[in-house]
Amino acid sequence: MSDPQEELKFTPLDALHREFGAKMVPFAGYEMPVQYRGILAEHQHTRDHASLFDVSHMGQAAIRGSDPVTALEALVPGDLQALGDGQIRYTMLTNDQGGILDDLMVTRRGDHLFLIVNAACKEADFAHIAAGLSDGNQLEIMPDLGLLALQGPEAATALARLAPAARHLQFMSSDSLRVGEIPCIVSRSGYSGEDGYEISVAADRAENLARMLLDQPEVELAGLGARDSLRLEAGLCLYGSDIDQTTTPVEAGLLWSISKRRRAEGGFPGAAIVQQQIENGVGRKRVGIRPDGKAPARAHTEIIDKDGNAIGEITSGGFGPTVGGPIAMGYVTMEFAKPGTEINLSVRGKSLPARVVKMPFTPHRYIRN
Amino acid sequence: MPLKYTEDHEWVSVEGDVATVGISKYAQDQLGDVVFVEVPDAGKQLDKGEEAAVVESVKAASEIYAPLTGDVTEGNPALEDAPSTINTDAEGDGWIFKMTIADATELDDMMDAAAYDGYVAGLE
Repeated sequence: MSDPQEELKFTPLDALHREFGAKMVPFAGYEMPVQYRGILAEHQHTRDHASLFDVSHMGQAAIRGSDPVTALEALVPGDLQALGDGQIRYTMLTNDQGGILDDLMVTRRGDHLFLIVNAACKEADFAHIAAGLSDGNQLEIMPDLGLLALQGPEAATALARLAPAARHLQFMSSDSLRVGEIPCIVSRSGYSGEDGYEISVAADRAENLARMLLDQPEVELAGLGARDSLRLEAGLCLYGSDIDQTTTPVEAGLLWSISKRRRAEGGFPGAAIVQQQIENGVGRKRVGIRPDGKAPARAHTEIIDKDGNAIGEITSGGFGPTVGGPIAMGYVTMEFAKPGTEINLSVRGKSLPARVVKMPFTPHRYIRN
Repeated sequence: MPLKYTEDHEWVSVEGDVATVGISKYAQDQLGDVVFVEVPDAGKQLDKGEEAAVVESVKAASEIYAPLTGDVTEGNPALEDAPSTINTDAEGDGWIFKMTIADATELDDMMDAAAYDGYVAGLE
């Protein structure tokens, strides 16, 4: 992923990261902070208080035109017609085989749709969307926006001091608010399993906004390391690891994101395959995994049955700081997918006992007003 | 004996005919929070440069190589319940294993603290 020959880009908060002692790493073509004080401390602070994450590397765009909802529904299985003004939908771009090109957030904002896509996929996504929209609808890429995530049980208290209306936003909804004096799009959403916000802001105001948020006593900076351990405990997929072009929404356990109407009507790439999988089942499924011992099992660890036969592979794995032990997710053949099933993980030549478990590993604590 | 260091950031301390092995302060800082250590079992025969232990941080697993040829006499049992000792005292209580020394001349290839500091400074 990090070709040293490639010129790395910087987010609008680059100077702030360095000022706060971040360890910077190349990620999806950007120099990004992986940690400041330490991943465990940043993870725990997010679960207890509130953390500020710079996710300005992600892609932001709008779809405008005669009928953006119908136009984008031709590319994603999410039910966008059902979105009220300001509501957000988690969905995915699918290919003709029902595989996932990317997962994304779509917000209905008045006459247009607002999209947030993964950094590593954004150029391909935008080309795919621009080419796939029906006549009369256009994709408008918004490269001059930064994106900050404020996550944790005290996020609402901290943000409400600067934008009182933020406290009343519904989970998975969004509004145009001034934070201090800065115009922002504030969404009540996130990637940590905690209550929190994702805030789009003009790139040239992003550092100013970040400093205002950091001035709140609840808020500390957190990096990509904690972002990853938080989302893994929350059972949320990382694109490129847990879902990709070879996994369908059915195999990935993301059917909850496809409404009854979209399942019945189809009308998105790969719909016939997805419908057939809903009808007849799939051969493998994404599951949560808890090793019995203390050794973490990382991505690409082979999953085997008690006789040593391959039954799947871990796609994300590591140490869950809040769980206090190793956790993982991965794909197993259906006969092993039931919670409680005993499996084994092949780690450094040893067969480590583990168990299929329900996700999330730590309960979601979203605030549904 | 003062510590000696390898280019892979292991340290060795020799007492009599037994060497104690760990990772340097610099290495633990690079790894970040250590959450699991797989120590070798007593009796394991190691060739210099062979994978001997694994130190896992939140983000990744890192192999620790045998700095010398010899047999493992003991893994540090304290790391099972307190792997973060590697962060708090890398070059003391955070030792990883002890081993016999089959060929003492292998120690001659290693760096003293001053040379290691210079080596690390060159990596920054």
